[in-house]
Amino acid sequence: MRLFEQTGLWFGMLWKTIRWTFRPPFEGREWLKQMVRVGFDSIPVVFLTAMFTGMVLALQTFIGFQRVHAENFVGSVVALAMLRELSPVLVGLMVTGRVGSSIAAEIGTMRVTEQIDALTALATEPVQYLFVPRVIAGIFMLPLLVLLGDALGIYGGYLVGVKLMNANPVIYEQNTFQFLNLNDLWSGLIKAAFFGLILTLTGCVRGYYTTGGAEGVGRSTTNAVVSASLIILLTDFFLTKLLF
Amino acid sequence: MAREDPTISLQHVTKSFNGRKVLRDMSIDIQAGESVVIVGGSGTGKSVTLKHIIGLIQPDSGHVYVEGQDLCCMKPVDLNRFRRRFGMAFQEGALFDSMSVFENIAFPLRRHTDMTEDQIRTRVEQCLDQVHLEGVEKRRPSELSGGMRRRVGFARAISLQPAILLFDEPTTGLDPVISDVVADLILEMDSKLNVTTVTITHDMKVAFKIADRVAMLFKGEIIEQGTPFEFQQSQNPIVQQFIEGRADGPLTEVD
Repeated sequence: MRLFEQTGLWFGMLWKTIRWTFRPPFEGREWLKQMVRVGFDSIPVVFLTAMFTGMVLALQTFIGFQRVHAENFVGSVVALAMLRELSPVLVGLMVTGRVGSSIAAEIGTMRVTEQIDALTALATEPVQYLFVPRVIAGIFMLPLLVLLGDALGIYGGYLVGVKLMNANPVIYEQNTFQFLNLNDLWSGLIKAAFFGLILTLTGCVRGYYTTGGAEGVGRSTTNAVVSASLIILLTDFFLTKLLF
Repeated sequence: MAREDPTISLQHVTKSFNGRKVLRDMSIDIQAGESVVIVGGSGTGKSVTLKHIIGLIQPDSGHVYVEGQDLCCMKPVDLNRFRRRFGMAFQEGALFDSMSVFENIAFPLRRHTDMTEDQIRTRVEQCLDQVHLEGVEKRRPSELSGGMRRRVGFARAISLQPAILLFDEPTTGLDPVISDVVADLILEMDSKLNVTTVTITHDMKVAFKIADRVAMLFKGEIIEQGTPFEFQQSQNPIVQQFIEGRADGPLTEVD
């Protein structure tokens, strides 16, 4: 019952956010600020996550593929897995931990200290001022981060394959791009945009409905991360099914 | 009959939260230019009343009219625009802590007026001057004392030159001297800016000082109202207990 209620609330706020996105005034400065916060500031986390995932993936597949003498396909596996699946999901989850939580904590604190009421009293719609810039930033920045993750993951795989496992660099490179098509890239980026929407909006909604002081803010933050992560993993399956 | 249509009129407002009735049958008329103070104990629905007046909360039943408009029936966009007629000062100031004092006061000006940066600067200075603060523009809300935060909150509330000013517990948590300073300030703003003010407080000293009319809220209803003098003479034992601040009496009886 609570699940239905929460889902209804989430989609209700999504609808409200969409409507307020196209109404003036447009918060240019806020949009930019949030883009930097969601996108630029997440680069270090994405860097490490994607790089090491690519590296460990190459390492693991190398060990496995060696047994069936298929070492040549390591590059393809790494590239395919990164683009289609690992980069979007891992970046999505990492950014949820970093940004989704801080959005929930920030908006939650604004709620319990009456700053959201103050916004409303100053004739400013909180959904427009707080939700829209964050959600827009999520939708646009996550694909860019994932693109970065793709490149780093493939590069990490290359490093392990060539430097550590002594694969032939030319062949490895060839194999990496041999079986890729544009759809692999697109499907990952589209997923990323959805994940960006999910993690920012969940953070906003959880923060917005915070009750009960400091403890409530803590609860909202945890909830935001847990539910956004779960929604991302569930949506991932259905999006993959849909996008092939 | 009233002399003219009241600026603010609450009619038979009821409101419950999670099954607990906070406002039972709240009715009050407030005339233009009047300074009304609503007093009452904690949890009697004072804040909720104030939030009804500015449309932050909608009543379960009953009506809230402000300048002849029924707030419950306005579209969100219109209500949003209508709120520019109000200035509200929150209990702890509710300043945006991601912004400096200057940006806090400039916030409504930037959003709702076509003023240039220079004009905004001048207006912010005027507002700060009005609350007797200077040289704090660059500071963050977290660097201010409680009394200063309150005053910056006032400055932000008056920046759009509202017709109606609402004060939510303006002196709670301040020492007696600063409380008196804040009360003087409200009195001064009320007379200089020619506004209608509604204040909620449980500080009787402040109430008697700034009010044209005091109304007492008890269990979600107005049980007594009148000029400060009339209010003090009230025969209602609940009112007398509250004014005197006694622990025993009808106010504290368990029901």
